[in-house]
Amino acid sequence: MGHHSNWPEWVYVGVVIALMCWVGAEAWNAERLVEHIPADAEVIKVTGQQWFWSFEHEDGTKEIGELHVKVGKAYKFEIMSKDVNHSFNIHDYVVLLDAIPGRVNTVWFAPMEVGEHDIQCREYCGLIHYNMRGKLIVEEAEPSS
Amino acid sequence: MVLELQKPRPIWQIMFSTHHTDVGLLYLITSLAFLFLGGTLALAIRAELFFPNANGGYQIIADSMTFNRMFTVHGTTLIFLFILPFASAVGNYLVPIMVRYKDMAYPKLNAIAFWMIPPAGALIWLGFADFTWYATPPYSIISAPGPAADMWIFGLKILGISSVLGAINFTVTILKCKHPDMSMGQVPLLAWSFLTSSLIVLVAIPTFAAALLMLLTDRLGVSGFFNPAMGGDPIAYAHLFWFTFHPEVYVLVIPAIGMMYEIIPRFSRKPIFSHSSGIFAFVLLSMVSFSSWAHHMYATGMSFTEKTVFMIGTLAAVPASAMHVFNFIATMWNGRIKFATPMMWAVGGIALFFSAGAGGVVNAAMPLDFQTHDSYWVVGHFHLFVMGTIAFGSIGFFYYLFPYVTGRMYNERMGQIHFILSFIGTVLVFFTQHVLGLYGMPRRVYDYPPIPEWITMNQIASVGAMIIGVSMAIFLINMIYSSGKGKLADTDDPFNLGGKYYYPFEAKNPHH
Ligand code: HEM
Ligand SMILES: [Cu+2]
Ligand SMILES: [Cu+2]
Repeated sequence: MGHHSNWPEWVYVGVVIALMCWVGAEAWNAERLVEHIPADAEVIKVTGQQWFWSFEHEDGTKEIGELHVKVGKAYKFEIMSKDVNHSFNIHDYVVLLDAIPGRVNTVWFAPMEVGEHDIQCREYCGLIHYNMRGKLIVEEAEPSS
Repeated sequence: MVLELQKPRPIWQIMFSTHHTDVGLLYLITSLAFLFLGGTLALAIRAELFFPNANGGYQIIADSMTFNRMFTVHGTTLIFLFILPFASAVGNYLVPIMVRYKDMAYPKLNAIAFWMIPPAGALIWLGFADFTWYATPPYSIISAPGPAADMWIFGLKILGISSVLGAINFTVTILKCKHPDMSMGQVPLLAWSFLTSSLIVLVAIPTFAAALLMLLTDRLGVSGFFNPAMGGDPIAYAHLFWFTFHPEVYVLVIPAIGMMYEIIPRFSRKPIFSHSSGIFAFVLLSMVSFSSWAHHMYATGMSFTEKTVFMIGTLAAVPASAMHVFNFIATMWNGRIKFATPMMWAVGGIALFFSAGAGGVVNAAMPLDFQTHDSYWVVGHFHLFVMGTIAFGSIGFFYYLFPYVTGRMYNERMGQIHFILSFIGTVLVFFTQHVLGLYGMPRRVYDYPPIPEWITMNQIASVGAMIIGVSMAIFLINMIYSSGKGKLADTDDPFNLGGKYYYPFEAKNPHH
């Protein structure tokens, strides 16, 4: 056992602790901001089931496998599952939340550009999990009336 | 130390023995057999993912269910049937010697704990379940086909009991049977690693043991703990599962760190930089390992506050891990380092441990985890630990033990080639998988859309896996050949380290 001085180790531990505090504070702050759902966000009900996604818009329109949204608007997803756990994911927009039977999970996003993005399932759900995929289609907003 | 293969004995004498080195040998052989079995599945998985199936790419594995079963059994095997039994092998050989006792505290219990492993392994392999290594309900209740899933559940149940028995034995051996002249502060760090990891086992495992029973009765339809159709809650299972298995990852890694604490000072020909800080970091890790389990569950819809609590709990474990890294580097500093095979594995393992930890911090930071969670990033992250750190430490230690177990030397050149190829392969597979995850590829997929970046990265990872495969073939040949025909080892100083750092355990075992 050491008769030598141990101060370099304590300095090092101090640096690590400081780094972790910094990471934690930044993460806390960023998460607080992204979780703040805008009041005017339009609700889209998302249902996962083996092995596809279906969507219901606020006006009652339903879609399967494809989701059409307007650029520049905020949307709030209410995510459910009919059978086993799934995870609703639009990776390009960092939308990721589990679909769990018996509960409703919410997450929001606001597409900034017109385009197409992949929707996928990120939680193992069986036979066709690998192909439980869909498309997000972000369209031009209608001219406001 | 015993020289198992120097004095050939009939196999049944070893099988029915309760002596710690015999049980150690049984653990050793079993764990290595499962390393090769589980590794073969990994190669098949990587072969399947080399090409996407679109546009006439061909399938290696005929259907997705077979693939799902393969990654489930791959993970289960390497965690429970390779890493844990390998650690037990090392503990059996060395813990009694290090605390200067004649055997484990309860030799019969020790043999029983070992003999639970082969039947559990058989249940897992013959069942070949598909519900991933965490058997999440409600999939595991309503969607996972019968006997396979039930066999997995029983297999894990048996392994859990075996772990608890082993942990009791190590704890008592170290605390109660240690030589009275030896203070706890003098107990070598490898033995400390077994003490702390055993204490984690005793606190952590019962929770999952209960969850497994509840899962079983849910499957039988007589209860609905986790089945939403019967008013149950799948999230409850996730908490029970991770309450056991986040601490369990430290049960896996702590003995491997302990093994590095044996290798690094000897091959640096210097005493460990700080014995007491090693002990401190082990004890600290064993406690903070319980503060972070729900970092696996950020995406299940936890509240902001819950996520924050578990993020802090996770980050709190980092300084303790970082202390070990410091201790290793400070020990090597100014040492007369001899880069023989065991040292190469240990140093490589430390480098990968550091990279893995950095990735872990990213996962822990809540907003970043929504990029990485359940993507290939996570697969890369934990493989840098389980393969890069734990398997590296274990394999290095295996080379280190080899002369003491067999009385012969392995082929040094082949050992070094084994390391270099494995290191290159590990970097290729698991660093690439981190990036692949950032590109959004989900884990546990049998096939993927032909996105050019995904294809390239999958191919790099698959090539890396094949390189590891080749290195492991070299390992196998080296082991088999050298244990029979290798040149006789000088067991006083098999690695030619000279001076006082050569022999791990002055007190030879009185039994032999
Ligand atoms: C000490 C050795 C470690 C081992 C053996 C290990 C192992 C694992 C395993 C097996 C998983 C994935 C489980 C699964 O989803 O199948 C995982 C995920 C994770 N690890 Fe580690 N880990 C270790 C250290 C760390 C450290 C030091 C940190 C953080 C500082 C960390 C943070 C995480 C996080 C946050 C996840 C969840 C990622 C997600 O699913 O999104 N781990 N780890
Ligand atoms: Cu899925
Ligand atoms: Cu964890």
